[in-house]
Amino acid sequence: MFSRIPISAIIGLTITSLFLLTAAFAPWLAPYGLAETVGGVWEPMSSQFWLGTDNLGRDLLSRMIYGARTTIFIALLATAISFLVGSILGLTAAVIGGWLDALLSRFVDLLMSIPTLIFALVVLSVLPANLLTLILVMGILDATRVYRLARAVAVDINVMEYVEAARLRGEGRVWIVFREILPNALTPLIAELGLRFIFQVLFLSALSFLGLGIQPPDADWGGMVKENKDGIIFGIPAALIPAAAISILAISVNLVADWILNRTTDLKGGRSGQ
Amino acid sequence: MASNTNSTNVSKGATGTAGPLLHIRNLQLSATVYPDDAKPHTVTIVDDVSFTLARGQVLGLIGESGAGKSTIGLAAMAYGRGGVHISGGEVLLDGVDISGASRRELRKVRGRQVCYVSQSAAAGFNPAHRLIDQVVESTLLNRTATAKEARARAIALFDTLGLPNPQNIGNRYPHQVSGGQLQRVMTAMALCSEPDLIVFDEPTTALDVTTQIEVLAAIKRAIRKTGVAALYISHDLAVVAQVSDEIMVLKNGKTVEHEDTRSIIETPKETYTQDLVNVRSIEHQEKPPADTPLLKVDGITAIYPGTDVAVLSDVSIELSAGQTLAVVGESGSGKSTLARVITGLLPPAKGSLTFNGQALPPELKQRSREELRELQMIYQMADVAMNPRHTVSTIIGRPLTYYFNIRGRERKQRVAELLDAIEMGEGFADRYPAELSGGQKQRVCIARALAAKPSLIICDEVTSALDPLVADGILKLLLELQSRENVAYLFITHDLATVKAIADSIAVMHRGKRVRYGVKSDVLTPPFDDYTQLLLSSVPQMKAGWLDQAIVERGL
Repeated sequence: MFSRIPISAIIGLTITSLFLLTAAFAPWLAPYGLAETVGGVWEPMSSQFWLGTDNLGRDLLSRMIYGARTTIFIALLATAISFLVGSILGLTAAVIGGWLDALLSRFVDLLMSIPTLIFALVVLSVLPANLLTLILVMGILDATRVYRLARAVAVDINVMEYVEAARLRGEGRVWIVFREILPNALTPLIAELGLRFIFQVLFLSALSFLGLGIQPPDADWGGMVKENKDGIIFGIPAALIPAAAISILAISVNLVADWILNRTTDLKGGRSGQ
Repeated sequence: MASNTNSTNVSKGATGTAGPLLHIRNLQLSATVYPDDAKPHTVTIVDDVSFTLARGQVLGLIGESGAGKSTIGLAAMAYGRGGVHISGGEVLLDGVDISGASRRELRKVRGRQVCYVSQSAAAGFNPAHRLIDQVVESTLLNRTATAKEARARAIALFDTLGLPNPQNIGNRYPHQVSGGQLQRVMTAMALCSEPDLIVFDEPTTALDVTTQIEVLAAIKRAIRKTGVAALYISHDLAVVAQVSDEIMVLKNGKTVEHEDTRSIIETPKETYTQDLVNVRSIEHQEKPPADTPLLKVDGITAIYPGTDVAVLSDVSIELSAGQTLAVVGESGSGKSTLARVITGLLPPAKGSLTFNGQALPPELKQRSREELRELQMIYQMADVAMNPRHTVSTIIGRPLTYYFNIRGRERKQRVAELLDAIEMGEGFADRYPAELSGGQKQRVCIARALAAKPSLIICDEVTSALDPLVADGILKLLLELQSRENVAYLFITHDLATVKAIADSIAVMHRGKRVRYGVKSDVLTPPFDDYTQLLLSSVPQMKAGWLDQAIVERGL
């Protein structure tokens, strides 16, 4: 199975797992504390501070490591919510159809017609600023995209004769959604999962950069760009390091998602790719 | 027109060698496959096939799917589909070996010397261009005639092929003519550049029998008139026998038998050929209908929601327990709609259904689980009738759990029994549908229907997508299961040979109406009504000269 992994996927898998491991073991990996001031403002890279220090003299590497944890954890949770909500509603709308489908689809259109970032800014500035609200808002806004995909795929599958055969047998909706349609809709959904995760990372970073995401002193990559952006004027690269981390994570997850999509695009079904 | 073509042929013949038009010698065709779990390797698809074809002759290539008949046909124009290439032997066209020819050389051959008529004319035409522009395209590209000449030639061909209004039909777009007409336009397209050889790849397989005979007659007339040589590819021996001078029987890429048509039909030597000739020779004793029918369909009129056209009008049939009622008709006759009404997918606008003496609710939702269990369905396309992500044991086992609450070891046991009943064996339990052959897929669908222990199974064109010998096996299995389980079949088909093989009663449908109905022997005994007469006389007979006779009788 692993003998034919393309080189791009190997690179993607390696970097992605490094990021995930860093996030998981952050407290053991970070040389200093999260909010601990350990040196001068914007010190250059040295053997003591591998990536230098930030605008308040905190170790940048330690904050990067803790930031990875926050960013990836929140993005994962938000992705999970968007997939649960989006795919269940999308599949159900496709199977039941009629007024429910029309109502849900138009509601989703309505949500999608408002620019996501602006919508999130308004909602987050009104609601109490805590982690749960942030994750819920991110997840639900992104669920609209998953809903559209899941519904589109399921509408096609819903008219297949094996689904008709199940209906003629008298099967209920739960069996039809979860046993007949979901296994066949899973391939495009899984590929989309990777992409949605990246968009969540970018979305969270944008929110934090604008000051509505993770609140100080907690660290996340978008917030770190914001904290250190003034340093760029003085030629200090501290803001570029979290920015680079965001793009490297995005690219590596993309490489993995591409590979999964290629591997599982098997119209015949069954043991895909074997 | 005809004399023009003949003179061209003679002049070409004079410049080329005096030998046969097409000489294929020890042809071997291979393709490279790229499996996921192994290194790419080459498989041989066609091996050691040789034949010669003289000018004006027609050679029929016959065999099941996978026999390599289309691949050989395309090799006559040195073309390989999906990575297939000529790996050995020679393809001599007019004395010139084209097997290793360059693209530039092949471009001169294709569309000028050799033309191709495909199975699906609908997919072969560009929907955005008028028919005549597509018909004359290759003639103009090869610069063998001026635009005016080419158009005149095309119109003459439309006339020869019996298309209505030959002067103007070319101005239509592909969607504005019927399937049978489109197939004839495609034949005109192939003939327009006055080629020496045409490859017909199953040109009538997708057509109804009544349309098929018209297209066959048109093709035959055009071949005779233009003196073109042809390779005629089909899986239907009865069809091939009508148009070919010689027939080559193929199996798994090898020649089984190659004789003139009469010898193949009347005195086949090889067992495989004998099987093909004797296909559908099933003996079935007709049973008289019982006093109380199992299923009674009374005065059904059906209209699809959102339309106001009655797809079925006032259709009544009765089916007795343990018997087979064949519903026959061409596409659009409403036979599949009748199945949708009976299954409850389309509640009828008028009329009633009675099952086992009880009124059957018109809507699927209103039916009880027991009513659903008693009435099962088998589809035409077995591959889309089974969930590709379910194993065979899930597919067959689910009705057991759903209707009888059988689980665990007992269910496994029952699945194995059912797999034995369809002559497959429990080794198939863990396979996915993609890992089965076409015939095996249909058998699994039969087992799924059987698992519910129904008293009626609706079979919607269940053998139409299968090769004749495989279809034969399925029909035999269905009959055997009927005698063992006493299950009734409502058998929907367009194929009258199948009907003769298995039916007890027959209902002939035409444009949503039941035009003839009764026990088999009555329905198939004259005097016939007009439509049944047309239908019966359109079924190709397995004897030489049937088409000529039919053409004379009908004045086609």
